[in-house]
Amino acid sequence: MRFFLQLLVTGVALGSIYALIALGFVLIYKSTRIINFAQGELVLIGAFTAFAFLSQAGLPPALALPLTIVVAVVLGFTVERLLLRPMLGEPVIAVIMVTLGLAGILKGSARAIWGSVNRPFPDIFPALSLTLFGVGIPGPFLWGCLIAGVCLVAFTLFFRFSGWGVMMRAAANHQAAALSVGIDVRRVFALSWAIAAAVAALGGVLLGAINVIDMNLGAIGLKVFPVVILGGLDSIPGAILGGLIIGVLENLSGGFIEPWVGGGVKAVAPFVALLLILLIRPYGLFGTREIERL
Amino acid sequence: MLLEINNLEVLYNEVVLVLKGLSLAVPEGRIVALLGSNGAGKTTTLRAVSGLLKHENGAVTQGTITYQGARIEGRPAHEIVRRGIVQVMEGRGVFDELTVEDNLRAGLAVRGGGRRAAGELETAFGYFPVLKARRRQVAGYLSGGEQQMLVIGRALMTRPALLLLDEPSLGLAPLVVGELFRIIQRINREAGVSILLVEQNAQMALTIADHGYVMEGGRIMLDGPARELQDNRNVREFYLGLTEQGALKSYRDVKHYVRRKRWFSS
Repeated sequence: MRFFLQLLVTGVALGSIYALIALGFVLIYKSTRIINFAQGELVLIGAFTAFAFLSQAGLPPALALPLTIVVAVVLGFTVERLLLRPMLGEPVIAVIMVTLGLAGILKGSARAIWGSVNRPFPDIFPALSLTLFGVGIPGPFLWGCLIAGVCLVAFTLFFRFSGWGVMMRAAANHQAAALSVGIDVRRVFALSWAIAAAVAALGGVLLGAINVIDMNLGAIGLKVFPVVILGGLDSIPGAILGGLIIGVLENLSGGFIEPWVGGGVKAVAPFVALLLILLIRPYGLFGTREIERL
Repeated sequence: MLLEINNLEVLYNEVVLVLKGLSLAVPEGRIVALLGSNGAGKTTTLRAVSGLLKHENGAVTQGTITYQGARIEGRPAHEIVRRGIVQVMEGRGVFDELTVEDNLRAGLAVRGGGRRAAGELETAFGYFPVLKARRRQVAGYLSGGEQQMLVIGRALMTRPALLLLDEPSLGLAPLVVGELFRIIQRINREAGVSILLVEQNAQMALTIADHGYVMEGGRIMLDGPARELQDNRNVREFYLGLTEQGALKSYRDVKHYVRRKRWFSS
């Protein structure tokens, strides 16, 4: 029982970080219908940028983390302006290929700058521990869960209530109508990319604090797919719930099934769950069905 | 003149010439009706003014659009909305996944995303009380008439000086059309918003308009005060379906004679 709870709680923590990263993916898909295959590489770049500021430049976390976010936001704006905006109105498959190319460029640059060895991530969070139901939760997991949770709530409120949030939802819902009431949809797209890059970077930092960072961090981008497809590609609450489910599922299958069948179950389980859920609910858990008026 | 279009030429996809030298004017505070059959170029005219042409792969290749003394052809849509022109698209482009209130708030984009939304919301609800009752509902589930009211209300949130309405009566029951046109007239009179109205329902449009233009094949063929157009024999036969006696005439009787006839010839 204790083992189960341990896995459950760390799974929730991991899952909330997945949810945060997936949020960026959903945001881009929702407003631009682009499937961003570079989301994982944005995580990678974010984590290594933080590493560079913290370990290589020796800055304190209070300075390094905001700087990392700023770099990510600038990267997001730049990518949108240089690569995606010229692709407006081009076929979806062409745009997807652009994001694949972007993933390659980002990964290659990271490898060129930081090399392909494992890097220990410095301790950035004050020691913190909590015992829940007799299970001790390690500090980095607790911080990860806490920060990701706060960000998810903040973004949900932002989309729900702020003027920009309404504009982003409007542009995502009906682009021509958004243009007709004076919403500058290009700025909405740019903002989507900036937010996506920022949450990816933050996710990278939180994952780094839990584990070491290396060049395989970009593979998290693949894990985003079960998360978002599970929740429904265009639903933010769906991404949050999907993230939690995948995080927990991964941990539980890793803990309980893996000892019986040998390695690899942890990596496969999310995709098995994905297939099963899509058989029952093709729109995902929260995906939009077309509204039909009767 | 609030809006003046001069000798406008519009090309879609660099090959399809839709407007071939169109000229019209909207005086301040008036309602101007733009009539014409399908494919005459009415919607294109509105898009050219509102800047939505680019989104449809169209471009102004010749001529000028002057609004409050400034040339606006080819400017981006959000800039034109900020200048005070807003287009209500044909076919009610509501944000169907958003609530009625969020639909309205989206109209505040040009003024910084809408912090002080309360005043504008009350104005919109003043014209369309139905929307107030349904403000928390998802817009996709509103009736056709309510959706049309919502998009007009949303356009009013931008505080326009000139409202471009594209077939507001499309697909609505006659009773609803009557109510809608009364509200459009009120918006014109009470808020002083000038209106350029594109309509298939010519009878209805000419009753509330001050001036009317009739388009055909990308040009203006006829224009005059709305009352005169209503009495014009050709307009009556083409659009109002009425003969001299005022009786309804079957389309079959009209077709051989009038369909081939051009406006020039009369």
